[in-house]
Amino acid sequence: MAWLMAILQTLLFIGLAPLLSGWIKRVKCRLQNRKAPSLFQPYRDLRKLYRKQPIVPHPASWIFRAAPYIVFASTVLAAAIVPLVAINLPTARIADVIVLVGFFALGRTFLVLAGMDIGTAFGGMGSSREMTISSLAEPAMLMAVFTLAMSAHTTNLSQAMNFVLDSGLVLRPSFVFAMGGLILVTIAETGRIPVDNPATHLELTMIHEAMILEYSGRWLALIEWASQIKLMLYGVLIANIFFPWGIAQTFTLNALASGLGTIALKLAVLAVMLALSEVLFAKMRIFRVQEYLSFAYLLSVLGLLSHIILEAAR
Amino acid sequence: MSLFLAGISVAAALLSGLAALAAGPDGLLRHGMLWWMKKAPFRRTRTNERLTPGRFSRFARTAPFLLLGASGSFAVLAGIAALLGGGTRTATLPFGLPWLDWHLALDPLGGFFFCVLGIPLIAASLFGPGYVREFEHGKHTLSVLGLFTGLFVAGMELVLLADDAFLFMIAWEVMSVASYFLVAYQHEHATSRRAAFLYLLMAEIGAIAIILAFGVLAGFGGGLTFEAMRAAAPSPLWASVAFVLALAGFGMKAGLVPLHAWLPEAHPAAPSHISALMSGVMLKIAVYGFIRFAFDLLPSLFWQWGVLVLLIGSASAVLGILYALQQQNLKRLLAYSSVENVGIVFTALGLSLIFQSSGNSQLGTLGLVAALLHSLNHALFKSLLFLGAGAILHQTHEHSLENMGGLIHRMPKVAALFLIGTLSIAALPPFNGFVSEWLIFQTALQAGSIQSGVLRSLIPTASAVLALTSALAATCFVKVYGIAFLGLPRSRHIARAREARHPGMLAGPVLLAACCVLFGVLPTPLINALGTLTQPLTGFVLPNISALGWLWLTPVSPEVASYSPALVLLGTVAVGWLCYYLLYRRTGLEPRRAEPWDCGFGGLTARTQYTSGAFSMPIRRIFEPVFDTRETIEEQTDGPAKTRVTGLRYQFQVLDRAWQVLYEPSGKAVTRLARWVGRLQAGNIRTYLGYSFFTLIVLLWVVS
Repeated sequence: MAWLMAILQTLLFIGLAPLLSGWIKRVKCRLQNRKAPSLFQPYRDLRKLYRKQPIVPHPASWIFRAAPYIVFASTVLAAAIVPLVAINLPTARIADVIVLVGFFALGRTFLVLAGMDIGTAFGGMGSSREMTISSLAEPAMLMAVFTLAMSAHTTNLSQAMNFVLDSGLVLRPSFVFAMGGLILVTIAETGRIPVDNPATHLELTMIHEAMILEYSGRWLALIEWASQIKLMLYGVLIANIFFPWGIAQTFTLNALASGLGTIALKLAVLAVMLALSEVLFAKMRIFRVQEYLSFAYLLSVLGLLSHIILEAAR
Repeated sequence: MSLFLAGISVAAALLSGLAALAAGPDGLLRHGMLWWMKKAPFRRTRTNERLTPGRFSRFARTAPFLLLGASGSFAVLAGIAALLGGGTRTATLPFGLPWLDWHLALDPLGGFFFCVLGIPLIAASLFGPGYVREFEHGKHTLSVLGLFTGLFVAGMELVLLADDAFLFMIAWEVMSVASYFLVAYQHEHATSRRAAFLYLLMAEIGAIAIILAFGVLAGFGGGLTFEAMRAAAPSPLWASVAFVLALAGFGMKAGLVPLHAWLPEAHPAAPSHISALMSGVMLKIAVYGFIRFAFDLLPSLFWQWGVLVLLIGSASAVLGILYALQQQNLKRLLAYSSVENVGIVFTALGLSLIFQSSGNSQLGTLGLVAALLHSLNHALFKSLLFLGAGAILHQTHEHSLENMGGLIHRMPKVAALFLIGTLSIAALPPFNGFVSEWLIFQTALQAGSIQSGVLRSLIPTASAVLALTSALAATCFVKVYGIAFLGLPRSRHIARAREARHPGMLAGPVLLAACCVLFGVLPTPLINALGTLTQPLTGFVLPNISALGWLWLTPVSPEVASYSPALVLLGTVAVGWLCYYLLYRRTGLEPRRAEPWDCGFGGLTARTQYTSGAFSMPIRRIFEPVFDTRETIEEQTDGPAKTRVTGLRYQFQVLDRAWQVLYEPSGKAVTRLARWVGRLQAGNIRTYLGYSFFTLIVLLWVVS
């Protein structure tokens, strides 16, 4: 029963991810005074891509063909371990939050390898930049996660949410800092403004798009879908770790329905904030990203130190 | 039983050295065979038929490696027997000093390192026969290579068996000196000679530090056997002196920053299967020595030592990988990455020392287990990568990443094996590198149980450095794989490369890759087996490691953290296959081949690809203060006002700061000192007679 729930939740995760992207696009359009596409446009795009014949560039090897599947699989697995509407599901035990970071790294590694597989300058450029940014973002993310883990005495996501729920509404300075760090990392890792611009194919500023430039058809669909899931994953992480209230602790229909409702609400609010920041800020130069990420790292470290100094007093 | 197997293993290693010597061009075997043919003319025809020169040389090439493989297999068996059996087997041999026999002992710790030694040794001995073929007609005989390989392996095994400081140091020196000759094997290259000399120098300085460290304990314990040393009760100051000396000595051999600069010179200079053994195994022998000294011989531990080890380990890890990222020579890059991995091992040991000294044995044990596991994992994937690099070197004679590219099309099998090594060393789930790093993170996250606030904030910071290290390691090895194996070939001989023909050159890496996957997916039985090892060292066995069953890894308790690599692998494969089935098998269209996007200009060549130096340029720029970069641009101009540029020459070098900061100043200081001392030697016979006279008088005065 519990396993079935876990699988259902994962499917829900995968199914709802394009909707979130559509919502962000819609909010952004409204903010920029443009006419917005339908909320379901991302689904239509995916369906269209599935029907197209994919093209393989000449120098590509099997890595290029296998990468989309690996990227998608690792993202789905990551989605399986993050509690969306209910906690205490058995899948949360398979992997903890450090393994979650490992899943992202696995997907990214194959995407980067695929970018280098095609033997063009764009692929190498995107790959190099992606690895640089992620190697700075990963420590910041882990520090934020460690703040949480040291407060909750666990790296298991479900247990950590339980801890926050049990301890009630307390203002922890460490969590504020950690959330700040995690939000900045989220923006960097999901390739949003001001680190990367998902809407552009301007050749010299691309990061994520440069790597996947040669992809088409169903492979592109898988990669796009995976990055939509990844965006939602980070959103759910922020929403459910720092504001877990409303998530279902039991598997009754009422609890689950309210869990679904609250997470939808939380994600919608986060999406509005993301869209707002994307409208307000401009993209940074690539060599300013390090300052941005070291700020994220600093915030996470401050969170950790304030946990040790203020909260863990014995 | 385990000791007997270990003895056979040592004997086989020594025999392989002798066999190589006997099979050489002036060796006993060849003479013996000629003599036999003369002696028994009636068999001559038959022997001649069977023993053609080709067959003989193949036999001469293979036999030492067969014995080495046997040595490796017996080492693994002995290790498993010692690990599973628990307890210590001892023996004494009537060699050595008149009043001190050689004491041999094999306990689970030694047994574990026998396994760490054995698996790469088997792989290297499978790989070797194919690899050394090109040396056969070279300037140097194979018998030298074989002899010193045998001695080197036997030395390492004896270090693990030694139960007194005397035998330990003899074995240690055999290992160091034999490997010196291996580094100097291709001594026609000036770089090899220089690397070998530097290596010998550093090894000897390290050995002196180790001797002094043993000396402190022997002085307090009243004997050279380890048993006497364990009983010693030095004051905290003397214990700290011994600890620091041991850390310096073993750390120098292990390649810890800032003493690491010899390592990336020496390891790549040796033939590739030897590089694999040096990086994969010999560094682990140094780790073994450190664990033996700190956890077994020293009576008590202090948290300050742990902090020292933690700091040095973290520094080695992050600096090692930063330098590795900037290397263009594949084997040098791998050697720098060994510095990083040894740094990770010492980080874990530092955590273990801190927890152990503050009375938290469970976490101390966890840190130790993480360190041991990472030692094993590094031995596996680093040997795998070195053998892969060796295969490329053997087939194409190419060192530099800048000339490689597209090898996945030319050497698909090597490419697949190298990919497993890449994913393992980049610490990605579900491979083995991830498991050990995950355990280190889990240890670090329990820092809340320590009283001191400084330590509680230091440990998470160290783990953040570790996080940076592992992310940079992923960048580094993605670069290696992407540049060497993917894209278009950057030179003509790479474009014509062929897969290695000798089956052993694939079998060796296959064995290592299989172990990487196996220990990555099912680490729990292995960690359970380490219980016999940790019990005598820390007095603790991890109780909850398989609390959820053998598929799961739960380092502290199921509530704190759990990880099931097998289910992760299963999930990834299931989801990936499902997508493949739904999207391709059922409805998918066949993909079409086309030219990649070239912005409409046409004519994409290999030179428009990103290079290895370009890939790591952002990291170089971000971490600029770490590197000593030399960049020169020479312009050749022409025309009346020298305005027309006809040629550009761009040179770029990234040097190790350790040279500038530590090695060159101390080298200069030694030279200055030698000059100063040299003033004594005026070359005048009367002065020398004067020296003798005064010495005599002083001695008489002392005696009387």
